[in-house]
Amino acid sequence: MFKIVKKEHLNPTVAKMVVEAPLIAKKAEPGQFIIFRAKADSERIPLTVADYDREAGTVTIIYQIVGAGTMELDTLQEGDCIHDFVGPLGTPSHVEGLKKVAVVGGGVGCAIAYPIAKKLHELGAEVHAVVGFRNKDLVILEDEFKAVSDKLCMMTDDGSYGEKGVVTNALEKLINEGNEYDEVIAIGPLIMMKFVCQLTKKYNIKTVVSMNPIMIDGTGMCGGCRLTVGGETKFACVDGPDFDGHLVDFDEAMHRGTMYKDFELHAREAECNLLKKEVQ
Amino acid sequence: MAFQRNMDMKKCPMPSQDPNVRNKNFDEVALGYTYEMAVNEARRCLHCKNKPCVSACPVAIDIPEFIERVANEDIEGAYEIIHRSSSLPAVCGRVCPQENQCEGKCVRGIKGEPVGIGRLERFVADWHREHNTEAPKMPEQNGHKVAIIGAGPSGLTAAGDLAKMGYKVTIFEALHLAGGVLVYGIPEFRLPKAIVQQEIDNLKAIGVDIETNMVIGKVLTIDELFEMGYEAVFIGSGAGLPRFMNIPGESLKGVYSANEYLTRINLMKAYRPDSHTPIKHSKNVAVVGGGNVAMDAARCAKRLGAENVYIVYRRGMEELPARKEEVEHAMEEGIIFKTLTNPVEVLGDADGMVRGMKCVEMELGEPDASGRRRPIVKEGSEFELECDTMIMSIGTSPNPLIRTTTPGLETNKHGCIITEEETGLTSREGVYAGGDAVTGAATVILAMGAGKQAAKSIDEYIKNKNK
Repeated sequence: MFKIVKKEHLNPTVAKMVVEAPLIAKKAEPGQFIIFRAKADSERIPLTVADYDREAGTVTIIYQIVGAGTMELDTLQEGDCIHDFVGPLGTPSHVEGLKKVAVVGGGVGCAIAYPIAKKLHELGAEVHAVVGFRNKDLVILEDEFKAVSDKLCMMTDDGSYGEKGVVTNALEKLINEGNEYDEVIAIGPLIMMKFVCQLTKKYNIKTVVSMNPIMIDGTGMCGGCRLTVGGETKFACVDGPDFDGHLVDFDEAMHRGTMYKDFELHAREAECNLLKKEVQ
Repeated sequence: MAFQRNMDMKKCPMPSQDPNVRNKNFDEVALGYTYEMAVNEARRCLHCKNKPCVSACPVAIDIPEFIERVANEDIEGAYEIIHRSSSLPAVCGRVCPQENQCEGKCVRGIKGEPVGIGRLERFVADWHREHNTEAPKMPEQNGHKVAIIGAGPSGLTAAGDLAKMGYKVTIFEALHLAGGVLVYGIPEFRLPKAIVQQEIDNLKAIGVDIETNMVIGKVLTIDELFEMGYEAVFIGSGAGLPRFMNIPGESLKGVYSANEYLTRINLMKAYRPDSHTPIKHSKNVAVVGGGNVAMDAARCAKRLGAENVYIVYRRGMEELPARKEEVEHAMEEGIIFKTLTNPVEVLGDADGMVRGMKCVEMELGEPDASGRRRPIVKEGSEFELECDTMIMSIGTSPNPLIRTTTPGLETNKHGCIITEEETGLTSREGVYAGGDAVTGAATVILAMGAGKQAAKSIDEYIKNKNK
């Protein structure tokens, strides 16, 4: 059982939890993920490690409430325990040796982008962060990004905060201003990563993306998380989750991601009704 | 001998749920012998001197001896004999391929049917579980610590044997539940999970610690386990990533690996209406492959309501690698066997969902390196098979997490851990391995045999080291 030391809502649908998991905290690196089950009969859900404190023995996770599993997680409060918490899984992001990097985060993907930006900053790299959200209410981790980046571009789809537009607008501007990046690291919705990759391909800048396909065990057993990368079948849980964005078949990944859309919708409704009943 | 031998040529049939009832539920198919049936069947054993059955048992259970006890109506005595050699008798009695092992060598099988050894083993284990009230005795501790990686058949067996010898054993399991393939792979209707749990509880009762949610290679390395004071490590990390055929369309929605399909259904209980885990409820399902895993996937699909479930296999009925009983059960339940058939493409609809499979017919040529006749494509035989779900069950390649994080651990070109055949010792001192991590996908009983052998080697190793 893994105790929740701290819980904080970052926006109406995104929350942060600091969880006691000393062994995982000792080993976790940016880019890796954990799998949790909120309760004894919950689904296994992968979440990227958003931060870790080796000394305090804690791992921070940031989640968006999208389905039954994350709703169940959200019913837990400070002092409660998460039933299962396993990790650190996946391969850490390769950040060593990079001198100048653009880190692009979209929505809750910023929770994954942030620890990478932080690590790059700690290693002395120049970090330009480009973060995008639908609107002002959904902005997360602004102060954290500010603290670890040399330049921060805040974008919102509706212009309610920062600049109006999408992350690729800001990234292209930075590139055109003469910034030469060793690498672009993009993490967010598949469609965002796809367009970032199209852009960087044009400018021939190496781009790494973090994929989050449907996953069950996360340890290299079930094969549910398979992707096509450079024409080969790869498994996000052991070969990734980071991949060369110019080689990823995003259209296929987007297709596969919708496999259980109806089920999730139904589960969310069922869970909402259940929660409503509990409240009554 | 206080009884009359039963000279019936046939073995007592196994009472089973009716095929048309059971293919709609997940309850156990085979119901088990009654007391009378078991005693009567046991009396068919000739108690031969040279015991060919024992030599064909990977864990060398003294089969004639336990059967003699059953014949004499001393069931608890029979249990003690099995338990000396096997930690998981209720499991083996259900899932062992007896026709290739003990029963395949039975002298009664020469002229008639062999003694129902597996069914008797199952009866004895179940009888013990239902009647025994004594808690297992905690063995005297010898003060030495051993780490086991993976709570599947090989790990549980090694743990059980070592604990009985007095070692303090800790099993590190990656999933949230112990049991390995017994809980994520083999379905409830073939192996009820309550039985697996009981076997695991028995191990806990003799002092085995099981730490779940521990992915060795990630959270701790094997070198760190040694630093923590474990004197030997056994790797039983099991099968790895599923193989695919690399044919067009395998990424369409509705294409599962058998591992994923079965994990959703068994470990995550997707067959229950209250489960949070989604699973596709299909109309026409094609399972590609002919092993036990393929049979399990097909029979699960049928139970989830599919109208037509096909086993698509490139060789013939004779070559199916699955246990005979599984094939028979699948046929009784209405699974359609499309043998000598091989898929060449998965076909999708406008939404990217599977709508069918392009197949070719095969014929068998000369025997290949494995001794089986090589399947050859029949010219111009292409046809389409309508299906909305395709389950790939053509094997796995070993899990990379341990081999990539353990310096000096040698693996072969397939990624399987290399061990000494006699001892299970790897290329690293104090590190032993067994089961699918060594052999590639094989059977529960072979993994158990490897776990048993490694436990013996580990005991010798630690004793010699501390001399």
